Parts: sequence; structure tokens; C-alpha cells
Amino acid sequence: MAPKTGFAVIGGTETRVDGLEKVTGRTRFADDLSFPNMLYGRFLRSPHAHARIRKIDVSRAAAMPGVHCVLTGRDFPIPFGPLPISEDEYVLAFDKVTYVGEPVVAIAAIDEATADAACRAVVVDYEELDAYMTLEEALEQRGEPIHTEHRFGNIHKAVSLEFGDVAQGFAEAEYFREDVFFYQGNTHMPIEEHSCTGVPEGIDRVTLYSSTQNPHYGHRLIAKALQLPGSRVRVVATPAGGGFGGKCDTFSHEFAACRMALRTGRPVKFTLNREEVFYTHRGRHPVLMWSKIGFRRNGRITGMHFRSFLDGGAYGSLGVATTYYTGALQPCSYRIPYYKFEGTRLTTNKPVCGPKRGHGAPQPRAMIEVQMDKAAVDLGIDPAQLRLVNAIEPYSKTINHFRVTSCGLKECIEKVVEVSGFNDKWGRLPHGKGIGFAISAYLSGAGTTQYPSNGPHSEVVVKVGRFGEVQCLTGSTDIGQGSMTVHASIVAEVLGLHASDVMVINGDTATTPIDLGSYSSRVTFMSGNAALEAARRMRDQIAAVVAATFGIPADCTEFREHKVFNAVNPGQSMAWEDACALAESKLGALSSTGNYTPPDLDGPYKGGAVGPSPAYSYTALAVQVDVDPETGMIDVEKVWCAHDIGFPINQTLVIGQVEGGIYMGLSEALFEEMDYRKSRLEAPSMLDYKTITVNEMPEIETHLICTHDPEGPFGAKEVGQGPLLPAIPALLNAVYDAVGVRIDEVPCTPDKVLFAMERKADGRGGRIGPTAFPEHATTARAVRAPRPAEWENGNEGRMN
Amino acid sequence: MLRLPEFEYAAPATVGEATRLMHERGGKAMLLAGGTDLIPSLKRRQYLPELVVSLHKVEAMRGVREADGRLVIGALTSLDAVAAHPAIRASWPALAKAAASIGTPQLRNQGTLGGNLLLDTRCTVYNQLEEWRDAGGSCMKSTGVKCHIVLGSKRCWAISSSDTAPVLAALGAELRLVRHGDERTVPVVAMYRDDGIDYLTLQPGEVLTEVLLPPVGKWDRSAFLKLRRRGTFDFPLLNVGAAVKFGADRIVERISVVLGAVGSAPQALDAQKFLGGKQIDDAVAVAALQAHAAKRATPLPNTDSSHVWRKRMVQVYTARALKELVA
Repeated sequence: MAPKTGFAVIGGTETRVDGLEKVTGRTRFADDLSFPNMLYGRFLRSPHAHARIRKIDVSRAAAMPGVHCVLTGRDFPIPFGPLPISEDEYVLAFDKVTYVGEPVVAIAAIDEATADAACRAVVVDYEELDAYMTLEEALEQRGEPIHTEHRFGNIHKAVSLEFGDVAQGFAEAEYFREDVFFYQGNTHMPIEEHSCTGVPEGIDRVTLYSSTQNPHYGHRLIAKALQLPGSRVRVVATPAGGGFGGKCDTFSHEFAACRMALRTGRPVKFTLNREEVFYTHRGRHPVLMWSKIGFRRNGRITGMHFRSFLDGGAYGSLGVATTYYTGALQPCSYRIPYYKFEGTRLTTNKPVCGPKRGHGAPQPRAMIEVQMDKAAVDLGIDPAQLRLVNAIEPYSKTINHFRVTSCGLKECIEKVVEVSGFNDKWGRLPHGKGIGFAISAYLSGAGTTQYPSNGPHSEVVVKVGRFGEVQCLTGSTDIGQGSMTVHASIVAEVLGLHASDVMVINGDTATTPIDLGSYSSRVTFMSGNAALEAARRMRDQIAAVVAATFGIPADCTEFREHKVFNAVNPGQSMAWEDACALAESKLGALSSTGNYTPPDLDGPYKGGAVGPSPAYSYTALAVQVDVDPETGMIDVEKVWCAHDIGFPINQTLVIGQVEGGIYMGLSEALFEEMDYRKSRLEAPSMLDYKTITVNEMPEIETHLICTHDPEGPFGAKEVGQGPLLPAIPALLNAVYDAVGVRIDEVPCTPDKVLFAMERKADGRGGRIGPTAFPEHATTARAVRAPRPAEWENGNEGRMN
Repeated sequence: MLRLPEFEYAAPATVGEATRLMHERGGKAMLLAGGTDLIPSLKRRQYLPELVVSLHKVEAMRGVREADGRLVIGALTSLDAVAAHPAIRASWPALAKAAASIGTPQLRNQGTLGGNLLLDTRCTVYNQLEEWRDAGGSCMKSTGVKCHIVLGSKRCWAISSSDTAPVLAALGAELRLVRHGDERTVPVVAMYRDDGIDYLTLQPGEVLTEVLLPPVGKWDRSAFLKLRRRGTFDFPLLNVGAAVKFGADRIVERISVVLGAVGSAPQALDAQKFLGGKQIDDAVAVAALQAHAAKRATPLPNTDSSHVWRKRMVQVYTARALKELVA
């Protein structure tokens, strides 16, 4: 409850502006929308993981009564992808299917049952091909690669970056750790299934209402893939019932709904069922990792070599970025003087992996935090101390050229050690009980757009009406994280109003200005800055008019308590409504704009655009567990978390994000996996795909560290993703502290714990995890980047 | 899941009317009690009945009564009502505990004891929407001929997933089955067949109307344990129902231990053979029962968690159930 110094609205615990309508069931989600004459779309999906399409016969389906539109791959000849460097996907399978569940035929009919029946009447003649279901099979590539147009067959992307000469760093080491770790894939599981409706407008326009995180990117891709001018497409993001990265891509159902709406002249709705959401996926990549770290005896890291293989599923999605992210943030948490990273993403015949909360960072974070824990034990340094020794410092350059500004990593570590009693507990709790520690760093928004653009990343318009009503127009979407409340609070703070006085209109490519979307933890930082600028400009316009009336300079006004005050003579004030009416009478329509473009932070090397962010958040976290030595089952007793938020615009929302992130992290750590039986998902249902419930959730004690970032709005940084990351390795480290076994795999299930304990008892080492790493030479051209100047003369990255 | 398929619907008010409808429609009618399993199964197209006969108006099948020193529970009694019933909690706490462990609070308000006893066997291959169930070849419990769990198997290995069946079997409870113009009573254990498809000995058209608990005093103690990963929601990965009658000097006079969710039927162990006439914590006898239990259990990779681990848990939970009987 600390922050809120001198602010009326921000820094407190304001109720979210859309809270009441949500808890009373009044919010209209995408599937709640209905339009006159609406048709219902369904897909016929592939039953095969890898097969050539010889022939598709839709004649019976097309002739069925009630069927209005039948489309196949030929109707969508333009491939697409969220990243221009990886446009390898078609709306409907073009000549091949590459995973079970891939859409093959789209049908719109008068109701779902008719559309489903018509799908069953389609005859597809497939020629089955050998499927690549694992990293190893994809690497070995015995038959036809999944994408024949890829230059290196099943290798979708390979990266090799070296900063300084890592051999030199290792030469200075007195102790090494070399480990292999596997992080299984998992999925977002939002409560709301994806849903959209394409609505024809006028003669040649279409509006898409969709449960999407990124309407702007959808706008661009739909126009591109459907070969329409951007002016013919409007995308409106509906309130999303959870995103977590799963609604970042633009999906087949969105393209198909638009095309079918234009073709039939009728609205067309697609709502995926839960099984389809699982197969649509774009979730966490399974990643196999190898890491070697050199240390001095005092614990200082001298160099790191990190390698990753990502199992990407059938298409690119944002996988090129994911690949970079598996290597980007290690040097952003620890001062690593020499660093080498090699990452390779493979294509497999499985549902497509993409961005999930933490995007490519949780997997390496889990690995290196476990590795740091092992190193701490070996070096005889306590795990929190080892992290303090290596912690990145404020205002420094990382070895991979990221600019770190505010940084509360050390404060976070110290706070968690203090409140959790870590020093009294670690290594000292009775057998079966344990405590584990981990830290992390994360971006406050990616510094680069997904497609080349020099435009602002966020634009906001503030409008004020004759009766004092305020509208804040932003292209960002509220996916439950509370961004509407953040916008309303920022504008209200500047204009001296309540957050509930500001109507936020968001996520509509026709009525709101551009915002790149709700991903990469960017909205508060970027759109928040744009909102702040727009609100200040609005305030200045009104201030000038009111000040003239008061006969004082414009900067001698104060906006608070729904009034404009004369700061020279505080007895004099004007009601907000009167001030607005006066300003409008003098100036005409009252509107202002604000923009945010991040500084150019790209590193001076190929790939240097992935990872730079205008600010980084930092987190430290401890988990206490109780492990049943007879079953291996883990009961998480408590979590302590300290998060460097910069400044909390809304403490309740920030703590909600911390707790939500930890929930998701623990769920991944303990339970979640995309498990396949041959090519089919084992458990595509909310019952059988296990996520933790309220019963498994421990008490979470959250402490916010305020470092007041110089570039964040009111000093704010991100919280949506960072706190998820350390929860996973902290749990693994706690299991080690409890029963002395290392589970070098996520999830950490009871069978692994039990069998590791048995191995330990048998003198076979108490570890479960991968034992080998594919010795496959990278196909990437090696990039050797210079060390930043800030690393010369023993300066260890500090910026002057 | 999809929306419900089309079917005819009837809601008779008496058992007689219900059995008549079931008799007339042969195998093409299905009974609807709480619907917590039938409705989602229909939405996955696991069955396509012509007629669904809802029992919700048959008041005679609801509630708990006492007759001849025994508790008799109507098959339509909700799981929540079973879990909360004072007489059941006092005399047969293991049954109350089993009922309270099923699904979620909402599912227990709606789900019935009869429905849980007759619950269809479960398998991760089978419990999927038909579109995915059939991708890569259907299984023998669906429209196919093969088993995808045990390759080359002649039988289906779907799992008996009832939580109340092992307890009621261990207690020696009986079931009243009514058919058009006919009626019989069978021990719970005789209701089940170790076959994932043909898992019940129920005759065509038969309606389970009542569960008859044993006379109070038949057992001194009863126990129920359930293994699952989450504290709610999940079907059992293993459960154990157990009951004991002690003789003089705490010697086991009679003991019954039944495992659930490790086969297509509840597995009644030969506990009496190992522990009859001994102390219940006799280490040699307990170890022998554990080994026997592991032999009787056939966990397979057709539900959550590794089957190797689940097999190990059979031994742990068997021993824990015995401890619970004296706790």
C-alpha cells in the first residue's frame, strides 16, 4: 500500500472501470454478438499430421440446403504470417496438411449444425506422408521436409550470436557448470474460446469483430491476405476473455469470416470449440537447452554459452522472435562479460507454437535459474547471494547491447530474502520441506514493430465534449489486464477527474488511432505514455482559456477535484464542465493527440532488434514447498515475490498481474504439457489438460519495488509477464531443497520426483532430465558482435 | 464439444413408466439422471440415442430412508445430499467422503449416486469429440475395431472411474434393479465387468432405483482414499474403498479392500486372505497385500499421469487405506 505520493488517482487501488459490468455478466464478448441474417462458419480440419491433398470434392456439401459458402485453399492464395520474414501459412491448407487440426475447408451455413453436416459431406483425398513429431525426427529429416520452400528443410530459423570471445571468458573461469534441460510445451487456455464475426458494410467493406489482442496487425494481415485496400477493412477487438499471447496471431477463422462476409453479403460468425482452441494453439514452445557457465570462486560469472532447440510446430507464427528470445534476456539479469547464443527452431507436424506469456523467455529462465542454484551449492555460496553478486546494475549496457535504465533487481532480491526468511530456511528445513529462489528480467514492450514501420507504436486521442465528458481513444485492447483502467486513470490524473469520468474507447481500427496491440507487456509503458501526452495537451488547451479568464499565466492553473484552480489565488476555481464549455466556445472541437515511439535501441548486429526495450522489469521470488516423499506430490505452501514495477499506476491491477503470472508459472511448473499420442493431442479439454485450481494455489505475498523509470508514464514499467518467469525455477529449486533431487524438466510431476528420489537412494544421482543435446551444427551464419564500449576498462557495462 | 445432437425426450413421473419406455425402445434409449456425464458425452457424440428418458420427475427415486436396520439411498439422490446426510456420515463416512470427492460443488449438486455408479468407463482416446477421436483411426469403444492404448488388444481398457463404486463394493452394498415387469437385487461388486465397453452387467431396459447399504454394525470402520492431481474436478487416478470388522484383541475378523480406476471394473482384493485373523498393521501381511494389489491393478497410459507411477501409488494407497481404518 506504499505508493501514491501526491497523486489523486494513480498509485492507489482504484476499482477497474470495466469491473462491474464484467462481474454482473453484462460485458458482451465476441460470441455474444449477433447480427441480422448471420451465417455460421465451421472448418473441416485435417485428420492427418502430414499429408498431401490430392483432391477436395465439395460438391455434395455445396449443394446442401442452408449452405451459403464453401471455400478451400485456392480461395486464399496469398500466404501470411505475423512476421514478414516468415510468411508460410495459408488460411486453408493449400496443397498439404501439416498438423492434425489444420483448417482445410471453410463452410458458412444458416446454422452450426448445417455447417457441421456440410463439413462431413466434403471428401478429401489425402496421400499420407511420414510425420515429424519430435525435435530429433525433424532434425534427422528422413523424408520430404514439411515446408519444401524452406532453405534448410525442417530448420525454420537458426541464430548464432557471440558477444566478445566466449573462450576468453571461459579461460578466466575457475569453475564450470554444463547442463541440459527440457521445457515441455504448454498452451494458454484462456477461458474464452476464439470467436469472430465478419460483417459486410456497404458495398465493399468488411468489419471484423474479434476476440483478438492485436487488431492493428490483424487489419494489416487481413487486407494483405485478402488483397483488399486497408481502407476496406475494419477490425474491432471485443473484450477478450483472456489472451496470454494466444490471440496475438491473426487466424484462419478471422480471414475466412471476412472473405465469406464479402462473398455472401451476410455476417459470418466463427466460434471455435475448446478442442479447436487447443489445436489452434500458438502456445509455449517445447525447448531443449544446453548451457555452460564459467564462474570465479567468488561466484562472478565469467562467460556463458547457451544453446536451444525449439520445437515450433507446423508454421512460423512469431517463432523467429521466440528463437531470439530464448537467448536474449540472460545477460539482462546477470552481468555476463562474454556470451554466446545459438538457437534453432524446427518445424514439426504439430499445432503451431507461438507467443505465450513470457514469449521464449520462461524456458531459458527456468534452465539458468536452476543452473545458478546448482552452482550456488557447488561453490558454497547461498543462492540469493550468488544472484546479488552477478545482478545487473541500473543504467548499464548488457553484453548484447541492451540499454538498462531503472533496475531494482538487487532491492527485489534483498526484499524476498528478508520477507521469506530465506537465509534461515534454505538447507535448514526438515526433509520434505524446502524453499527455492529465482529471479528474472522482462521487457516493457518490444522496441521494434512486427513489420517495418517508422510510425509511432502507440497513438492516443483525447476528446472532451460540451458537457465535460472525456473520451480516451486507444487502439490497445483490454484482455483482462486492466489497460482501460490504466488509460482512464492516467487521463483522469492529469485532468483532475475520477477514472470513471473517462470513457475509454479501444481496439477499433476505424475509430481509434493506431496501437500495435496487447502483447510484449507494452501497453502501460507505450500507450500509457501516449495517453499521458494527449491528456497533458488537452489540459494545456483548457488551461490557456481558463487562465485568460482568471488573468493568470496558463501554467498557474491546477486541475484537481473536478475543477480548474487558480494556483495564484486558490480561492478562485472553475468547475470542470464550465471550463470545458468555455474552452470549446473559444477553440471549437476539443481533441488532442499523444504518441509514443520508443528510442532506437537496436543492437549493432543482425538480430539486435529482438530484445531491446525502453525499460526492463525485474522480479525476485521464493517458493516454499512440502513434498510427500512416498508419492512425490508437491504442495506449494507459500510464494514471496518482489517486483520492480517502476511505479504502479494501479496497485490492485499490478498485484493481480503478479498473482496471475505466478498462477500460470506454477501451473506450468507442476502440471501443464501439450501431450501427443501419435499426432493427436492426448487431452484437448479443460478437464484433462491439467491447470492448477484454487486448491493448489498458495498464499502469495507481493512486494512492489518502485524504481521510478525515467521514461515510463509516471515511472511505470511492465508486470504482465515478468513475475511468471521465476516461479518455475524457484519451484524446481524448492523441490531440491526439500528432497535433494534435481528435476531438469518442466513440468515437475510427482512421478519424476519420486523416481529421482529412488535413483538418489540407489546411488544413481537424483536427477531426472535430458541427458543428451543434439550435436547438430547450426545452419546459421555466425555473427560476432563487438562488446559494448561500456564493457571496456573493467567497467562491466555501467553507463556514465 | 459441439452442441447437443437431436433426440426425443421423455420425462416420466414413475419408475414403471420409465421402465416401459426403456423396454419399448430397446437399446436406442438412454436414461438421464443428473446429466453431468451424459450431457458432455452427447456433446462429444459418444452416443447418439433416439430417446433420452429423464428421471428427474421420479420423486420415488430420490432421498435416503431406513428399512430393516439398513439405509436405502434412492439412485437419484444427489452426490451432495449423500455427502451431507447425517446418518450416512455417522455410519458410513467413507461413502460420504467418496461422494464429496467427486467433481466440483456444482457437479455434486446435479450429479446423482446412481449416475456415478453407472458412470461410463473413461479413456483419453475415447473421451474426445468424434472429429478428434477418429483422427488417425477410431477405437473399438467408438466406431472402430482397434485399441490405441494396448496395441493388438482384443478388449477395451477404458477405466472404471466411479468414486462411490469401490466404497459400496467394499461395504457389500446391494443395488435394486427394476425392469419392465421384473425386479432384482445384486451385490455392487456383481454390477461390473472388467471390459471397457461392456462394463456393466445391467440388463437391457433395467433401471437402477436404489442402493441398499449393509446393516449398521456389519463393519467397525470404513475408509476411502482418492489419488488425483488436483483437489477438485478430477476423476480418480486411483481410489481405494475399505472396511473392517475387528474381533477380540483388534484381530481382523473381516476385511474388504476394493481398488478403483485401475481397471475397467473395481478390483476387489483378497484382503481377507492376507489379513483375516491378523493385526491390521502386521507388516508381513500388509506387504503381501500391497504386492497383491499391485498385481491386480492394471493402470495404463489412458488417463492423467504416468502409469508406472500410478502402479506404484497402488501400493502406497493400499497401505494408507489400512492405516486409515485404524486412524
